[in-house]
Amino acid sequence: MKPELVCPAGTLPALKAAIDAGADCVYIGLPDDTNARNFPGLNFDLASAREGIRYAHAAGRKVFLAINTYAQAAAMERWHRAVDTAADLGVDAVILADPGLMRYAAARHPQLRLHLSVQGSATSAPAINLYARSFGIQRAVLPRVLSIQQVEQVVRDAQVEIEVFGFGSLCVMAEGRCQLSAYTTGHSPNTHGVCSPASAVRWEPRPDGMDARLNGVLIDRFRHDERAGYPTVCKGRFAVGEDTYYAIEEPVSLNTLALLPELMRIGVAAIKIEGRQRSPAYVGQVTRAWRAAIDACARNPARFAPEPSWQQALARVAEGQQVTFGAFERRWR
Amino acid sequence: MRISLGPLLYYWPRRTVLDFYARVADSAVDTVYLGEVVCSRRHELRTDDWLALARELKTAGKQVVLSTQALVESPADLRAVRRICGNDEFLVEANDATALACLAEAGAFIAGPHLNAYNGDTLAWLAELGAVRWVMPVELSRTALLAIQRQRPEGLETEVYAWGRLPLAFSARCFTARHHNLPRDDCRYRCIEDPDGKPLRTQDGAPFLVLNGIQTQSAKHYDLSADIDTLRSAGVDVVRLSPHASGTFEAVEVFAQAIAGTLTGAEAAARMNDIVAERCNGHWHGKPGMEYVLAA
Repeated sequence: MKPELVCPAGTLPALKAAIDAGADCVYIGLPDDTNARNFPGLNFDLASAREGIRYAHAAGRKVFLAINTYAQAAAMERWHRAVDTAADLGVDAVILADPGLMRYAAARHPQLRLHLSVQGSATSAPAINLYARSFGIQRAVLPRVLSIQQVEQVVRDAQVEIEVFGFGSLCVMAEGRCQLSAYTTGHSPNTHGVCSPASAVRWEPRPDGMDARLNGVLIDRFRHDERAGYPTVCKGRFAVGEDTYYAIEEPVSLNTLALLPELMRIGVAAIKIEGRQRSPAYVGQVTRAWRAAIDACARNPARFAPEPSWQQALARVAEGQQVTFGAFERRWR
Repeated sequence: MRISLGPLLYYWPRRTVLDFYARVADSAVDTVYLGEVVCSRRHELRTDDWLALARELKTAGKQVVLSTQALVESPADLRAVRRICGNDEFLVEANDATALACLAEAGAFIAGPHLNAYNGDTLAWLAELGAVRWVMPVELSRTALLAIQRQRPEGLETEVYAWGRLPLAFSARCFTARHHNLPRDDCRYRCIEDPDGKPLRTQDGAPFLVLNGIQTQSAKHYDLSADIDTLRSAGVDVVRLSPHASGTFEAVEVFAQAIAGTLTGAEAAARMNDIVAERCNGHWHGKPGMEYVLAA
């Protein structure tokens, strides 16, 4: 079975780029805190969502709506409305993290297909099967914490389809369970749909370079000859004992292209590309490389090897220009 | 309002653990959570040891709850969770959906702080599965809690993390092993060298976080001892203190007196300042968690 290629889109041009480059599915969000890429100027209002869905369906592809933050008790209507909107728009699935919201969706829109978001943080087959029993989810996206052997076990024992991350920025923490940004800035992925928000970032020039602060906390200090990366809390350089280093994670991207034959052999149903905040050019480039790779691997898995041109295309857009297998490979741990 | 002692998050030598809990037996703590929540490789106490300790504390009059591991990855992790959930002597605190699945409809349990309960619909689901108490996610504010409490199913108790370094994140990667340039699978249990975790400072020298194996914590101690009145008026039934190598029992005393009304909020804060100087309470006050808001 060929896994679905699930690609990100933060704008209509990015969605069209993904479809044109061969995405099987595109996932999008609404322009508010119901989605985990709640950035200014990003996401789909109703008109652009309708146009995106029309464009994708005309090409025989799918659109998923990510409603993957946790609904605030004082503003449940906003999240309920997002689910109602998804049903009205005729999206092919909604990607949910919040059990309370799944409960609402299952009761109100029983025909709506539910995917458990990576933010839902289900890492085992029994956990995933509980969501299937309780809410009828039909797919789960695995957190980026499992080795390939562990993914295989989950695929075998879960009653629903499994989607894994293939490429993009890497959360080193188990998704949905990281409060580093809330601690530092008061804004978190779970409640606000943002991590280390730009509004809290301050760049301070120094004689020998640049300081990057997040709500006043010095996350990293760059020399003039270094590429200054965005100060996400977990990707800074800190002092532990006598050493100053990337104590949590380097600014790297996940790239599992070389693992594709394994992922296909164990039966993952879909491979997800991260990056709704990225440009249409990124989306097109990454989608094209992965489309070619999945098709080549499906034709002849035994002889599959990533082509240098695909890897070069991916390396050009990778965060920090470095790539890793992440937790898929035990050594990373 | 009652006082609970959360699960021990650090890796201490066996003797230290046993001595610590001998003191817990004589303390003002009402409920004790036991077990390894952070890393399955830690083995100074095995499940049977935790069970033996649980029986002793029960005899001493404490309510004992067994806590499950927060991040379940391997088949061995799964077996450990199943074993704890299957015990028929003690309540269990579920810290991930794997444990929830094991406990569902099998009797009463506690929904732990890592389960992501942010609204009444989620609490209703947890209550249907058998939850009798839920622990609020540490990032939530008093205002958020008030809204959730209005939707809370009847009979479900509320617990709030109120003292200690904040558990902020879990990873597949062990940051302590990474610091020592060791792979996690061959970590040599170096986290036993850090009874309060490994401090992480910014490059301008400010204490920021603490590395505790696969867990990342705040460097500052969260401290809601000055907020007993607002905790009570928000319908909080239990305040949770987290075990630390120093200050825990002194902190329990401050909370006990603040709850009894023999210390005002300001007095409690002043006493706590002598126990641990670097404190924060921002989350409860709707601010960045690392901030400290002075009592009004």
